[in-house]
Amino acid sequence: MKIKFERRLKEAKWAVFVVPIVSFILALGFGGLLLLAFGINPVKAFQVMIQGSLGGRYAITETVVKAIPLMLTGLGVSVAFRMLFWNIGAEGQLALGGIAASYVALFLSDSLPNFLTLPMMVIFGMAAGAIWALIPALLKAYLNVNEILTTLMMNYIAILMVEYLYLGPWRDPDGYGFPGSAPFPDEAILPRLIGRVHLGIVFALIAAFIIWLIMSRMRWGYEIRLIGENPRAAKYAGISTTKNMILVMLLSGALSGLAGMAEVSGIAHRLYQGLTAGYGYTAIIVSWLASLNPWAVLFVSLFMAALTVGGDQLQVAMGIPAAVALVLQGAILFFVLGGWVFINYRVRIIRTTEATQVGELHD
Amino acid sequence: MTETMIISLLTITVRAGVSLLYATLGEIFTERSGVLNLGVEGIMLMGAATAFAVAYHSNSAWLGLAVAGLVGMLLSAIHAFLTVTMQADQVVSGLALTLFGTGLSSFMGQRLGPGGTTMVGLQAPTFQRFSIPLLEKIPILGPSLFNQDILAYILYLLLPALWFFLYKTQPGLHLRAVGDNPTAADVLGIQVKRSRYLYTVFGGFLMGVAGAHLSMAYLQGWAMNITGGRGWIAIALVIFATWDPFRAAVGALLFGGINALQFRLQAAGTEIPAPFLNMMPYFFTILVLVFITWGESFRKRLGAPAALGNPYIREDKK
Repeated sequence: MKIKFERRLKEAKWAVFVVPIVSFILALGFGGLLLLAFGINPVKAFQVMIQGSLGGRYAITETVVKAIPLMLTGLGVSVAFRMLFWNIGAEGQLALGGIAASYVALFLSDSLPNFLTLPMMVIFGMAAGAIWALIPALLKAYLNVNEILTTLMMNYIAILMVEYLYLGPWRDPDGYGFPGSAPFPDEAILPRLIGRVHLGIVFALIAAFIIWLIMSRMRWGYEIRLIGENPRAAKYAGISTTKNMILVMLLSGALSGLAGMAEVSGIAHRLYQGLTAGYGYTAIIVSWLASLNPWAVLFVSLFMAALTVGGDQLQVAMGIPAAVALVLQGAILFFVLGGWVFINYRVRIIRTTEATQVGELHD
Repeated sequence: MTETMIISLLTITVRAGVSLLYATLGEIFTERSGVLNLGVEGIMLMGAATAFAVAYHSNSAWLGLAVAGLVGMLLSAIHAFLTVTMQADQVVSGLALTLFGTGLSSFMGQRLGPGGTTMVGLQAPTFQRFSIPLLEKIPILGPSLFNQDILAYILYLLLPALWFFLYKTQPGLHLRAVGDNPTAADVLGIQVKRSRYLYTVFGGFLMGVAGAHLSMAYLQGWAMNITGGRGWIAIALVIFATWDPFRAAVGALLFGGINALQFRLQAAGTEIPAPFLNMMPYFFTILVLVFITWGESFRKRLGAPAALGNPYIREDKK
C-alpha cells in the first residue's frame, strides 16, 4: 500500500476550516495521552485549564492580557513571513522595546510634560524594536546572511541585555534585592480598561487594521506578497527585494517593540525578568495558524493566550508544570502542518498491486 | 600563562565542543540529504532531559544515552514525516519541533524527579573523564585531548568515519546527490524519499546524543533550557563548516574555546559583567555568519546542497 498525492487544481475551501479544527482535537488527544502517561487525569486537567482561562470575568480578562503581546508580535512576524523573511527575533525585538520604553519612564519622564511620557515611550519602544530588527534585515539584504540564525542569536543577546539592566545599573535601590528596575512614575503607566486589560489592546486592534490595509488595499502589500509567492516575478516587475526587506523588518520589529512597551507600561510597571516570557516564539505559531491573516492573528492570539493562562492555572491548582501549554501549542502546530497538505493535494491510498506503472517503482 | 592553565583551557574547549560537534554532524547529514532541520535545539533539550531522567532512575548512564538517541530519532522522524511525506514547510516544521521540545523537556524536568518532583539539583550517573595510557603523555595535547569522557573518544573515531562515508563510499555519493539534485538522483534509481528519511533520523540520533552529553558529561545535571541556544549555534556551524565534517570539528572547537574563555574570565574575577560574557557565543555566531556567507554565489561555491529546503514531489518535476 502506498500514499500518493495529486495536486488539486484549486485550493480545497473546506480544508482551510476543517484542518485547524481537527488538528486542535488531535493535539488535545495527544496532550491528554501525555498527561495520562504522567499519572494525571486529563479530563480534570482540561477542566482546570478551561475554567482558569475562560470561566468568569477575571479569567477572561487575564486571557486578553496575555493575548495583547501575542497579537502585536504575531502581527509583526506575519508581515515578515509574508515575504518569506523568517523573523524569529520577535522575542528580542520585544525585549528591546521594553528596554527603550523603560528608559523613557525611568530617566526622561521627569524632564517631559506628563502627557508626552506615554507617546515618547511608544515611539522609543517601536524605534528600538525596529532598529533591533534592522540589523538582521541589512545583513540579509546586503550580505545574504541567514536571517533565521541572526534574529535568533539577537534574541539571546537582547534577553541578556534585559538581565544586565535589571540586575545591574537599573536595579531598584529600594527593591530589597528583588530583581527588577524601580517602579515607573504614574504618567508612564498605560491606562487600564477592564481588570488588567490595558490600552495595549487598542494598539493591537489598530495595528491589525493597518496591517490589513497595507496587505489587502495597498500596492506595497501587493509587492510584499509577490516577493513571498513568486520572487522571480517580483524581480521582473521591478520590485526591489532589498528595499522591501528593510521596510518590512522595520515594521515587523516596531510592532514587537510596541508589544514590549505595552508589557512594561501596562502590566509590570517596571523592567523585569518576566518580560521575555516567550511571547515572541509563540507568535510564530500564532501567525502560522492564522495563515498570516491579521484578523485571524487576533483570534488565534486569544486562543493561544487561553492555553497559556490555563497552563498557569494547572500549575497553581494541580501542581502540573505550566509547560503543558507549550507542549499543546507545539502539538497543534504539528498537526496543522501535517494536515495542510490536504488543502493543495488530494491524497489517494493505492494498494501495491495496482501500482504497475514503471514510473512508480521507486516512490 | 602556565602550562596547566593552557591544558585546562584546552580541556574545557574540547569538552564544550563535543556536544556541539555531535549536533553539527547530525545537522550536516540531515542537510546533505536536502532536509533543513531547525529542530536541533528542541531535540537536544529532549535528549538532555530524557538521558538524565533515565540515567537517574535506572542508575545506568549508557541506558540514558541510548534513550536520548532513540528520542532524537523519534522526533526527527516526525520532522521527516511532515516535510518529506506531507510536504510541510521545513522551516515551520523545524521551529514547531523546537518549541515542542522546549515545552516537553521543561515539563519532564519538573515531573521526572523522585515522586513526580523536579529534576533540578539531582545527581545521576555520568560519563566521567579518564585518560588514555601513552597518548596522555604527549605534551599539552595529551592531557587535554586524551583526558576526556567516552563520548569524546567515540567522537574522535566517528568523525573520520563519517567523513570517509560521505566522500569515499557509494552511499555517501548517493546522499550528496539526493541533496544536490533529487530529480537526477531519482532518475538514477536512488530512492530520494527513503534517503531523506534515513539521514534525517540518523541526524536526529546524533542530536539526541549531543543533548545527552550536556546533561550527563559536560554540565552533569538538568536545568531548564540547558542547551542555551547550542542547537542554533550548531546550525550556524553547519554553514561555517560548509557542510564538511572536519571543518565542523574546527568550528566546534572554536566555539568550545569561546566557552572556555568565558569560564576563564569568570573564574579570574573579571570586571566584565556576567551577562556580557554570556553574550559572547551568540555575538560570535553572528560575526562568523557574516564572514562566511558573503553572497549567494559564494555560498554555492562553498557547497551547500543545492536542493536544501525544497521538498521533492515527483509529479512536480520541471
